[in-house]
Amino acid sequence: MKTKVSDAKKAYRTQQWIAGIVLTLGGLLVAIPFIWMVLSAFKPESEVLQLTPTLWPETFTTENFVYLFENMNFGVYLKNTIIIVLCSFVGLFFNAMAGYAFAKYKFKGRDKLFYLVLATMMIPGQVTMIPVYLILNQMGLTNTMTGVVLPGLVGAFSIFLFRQFMSTIPDELLEAARLDGASEFRVFIQLILPISKPIMAVQGILTFIAGWNSFLWPLIIANDESLYTLSVGLNLLKGQYGGNFALQMAGSTFMVVPIVIIFIIFQKHIIEGYTISGMK
Amino acid sequence: MKSYSKTTPYLFIGPALILLALFSLFPIVLALVISFTDIDLAGLADYANISFIGLENYVNIFKDPIFLKSIGNTLFYVVFGVPLVIACSLGIALLINFGTARIFKAFRLVFYMPSITNVVAVAVVWTYLYNPQFGLFNYLLGLVGIPAIPWLQDPTIAKGSLIALAVWRAIGVNMIIFLAALQGIPKTYYEAAQLDGANNWKQLTKITIPLLRYAIFFVSITTMIGWIQFFEEPFVMTKGGPLDSTTSVALFIYRNGFQLSNFGYAAAGSFVLFIAIIIITMIQFRLQKKDTDF
Repeated sequence: MKTKVSDAKKAYRTQQWIAGIVLTLGGLLVAIPFIWMVLSAFKPESEVLQLTPTLWPETFTTENFVYLFENMNFGVYLKNTIIIVLCSFVGLFFNAMAGYAFAKYKFKGRDKLFYLVLATMMIPGQVTMIPVYLILNQMGLTNTMTGVVLPGLVGAFSIFLFRQFMSTIPDELLEAARLDGASEFRVFIQLILPISKPIMAVQGILTFIAGWNSFLWPLIIANDESLYTLSVGLNLLKGQYGGNFALQMAGSTFMVVPIVIIFIIFQKHIIEGYTISGMK
Repeated sequence: MKSYSKTTPYLFIGPALILLALFSLFPIVLALVISFTDIDLAGLADYANISFIGLENYVNIFKDPIFLKSIGNTLFYVVFGVPLVIACSLGIALLINFGTARIFKAFRLVFYMPSITNVVAVAVVWTYLYNPQFGLFNYLLGLVGIPAIPWLQDPTIAKGSLIALAVWRAIGVNMIIFLAALQGIPKTYYEAAQLDGANNWKQLTKITIPLLRYAIFFVSITTMIGWIQFFEEPFVMTKGGPLDSTTSVALFIYRNGFQLSNFGYAAAGSFVLFIAIIIITMIQFRLQKKDTDF
């Protein structure tokens, strides 16, 4: 009997090791593109074009990054991307406001309006792409930063998550604040938003990532290079410098590494966010 | 007790709702209307140049060989992409959930990473990896004596190469969803099964997979909708080539709308896509319902 138990334990331990090894190999496979990207970004062009590639840069150089900013407009792209990120936080605020109202107020047509909001999640981007362009064109907003930012400013899924979270805030808390004479907007800013920190953290990070990565609307709306974002600029770079892989990898590294750093710092919030949203 | 005025709630939902109405709901109506017109750049400059042409766009689009080809390609992406994403993300989630050591938590991060990175940057990196001359993949294959593979140059292999990239990006989110679902399964089920002498495989097929049914259903629907709208990868990596063998329906719509400025024609294409998504989602819900009847 005793040997049977220890046998089972042994088998279990072997299985654990196998699982670990399989995941390590898989993880390595998943990480290869990142590793290759970063290492190639610091190689001179001639080294990247060798037929036997080097793993570690033989001559370590940062000239690719310098080139991006000096000879291409990556500084401008970076500025535009940051503007978009900042604007999308305004959108996040609108989402929080709407989520709060759907969670905590009773008003005529509330449920119908909320279903309408949810219904917009079903609409594929390709269907709205052309009419939204026509609408922005009619408003005279094509080739402007406003036009780039507006279409993606608010999102149904974010409103939904805010509503889910804020419905758990007890009504008594709001009543107490109102009795103290706080205006509705103050209740929202000074009471609701601080309580909603966990969901704010998740949404804030996701908003940042989405803003930083925004590609389609800047691509469609911006004709002028002065309005390009990093993604659009990188796509342009791929077209113009098709053969210069070191430069392309530098551009990609510049886009990917900040997100990876932010992700590693805040990963707990992001991964827990899926549990908050109740996706089970 | 109601201390707030009647208009307050509407002020709170106002900004978000106006934007959603303007950029999500109204565009659908507009897309439907313009899909019955011949609006192009001339029509955009002066609305007098637009005329209603009835169903002509829809008739023409189903005669358009590139559109038909893009439907075929998109089906290819769905048929191979959806099972691959589910198998990979579920497999990884099961392994991570099985592991007890601390390191298994770190694996969550590694596998999640690709899904947050910028699609353009990633496509640029993979184009380099796929490069027939200087790419890492062919070099590694060369080391073990396998001749170079035309990753993005051969019509069929190119589709597979794009799928590989998209699966790599899709694993993270779906793995997390599966992990959340796995952690929701009570441990007592497994303990009872072990007492009855059920082996690992039996536990997996008789307990885990059935209890994950809802998560699998959710992932398969969202993944399928995602694949039907497959756009950025072919747009950045192959521009739809070679010979339109990687052109997806979404890329077809983009190209007709914004490169050829056939807005009406592209809108008709987008409606075909929309209807396809609705039908497929409804079929899946039907199948799911039948499943739970037992």
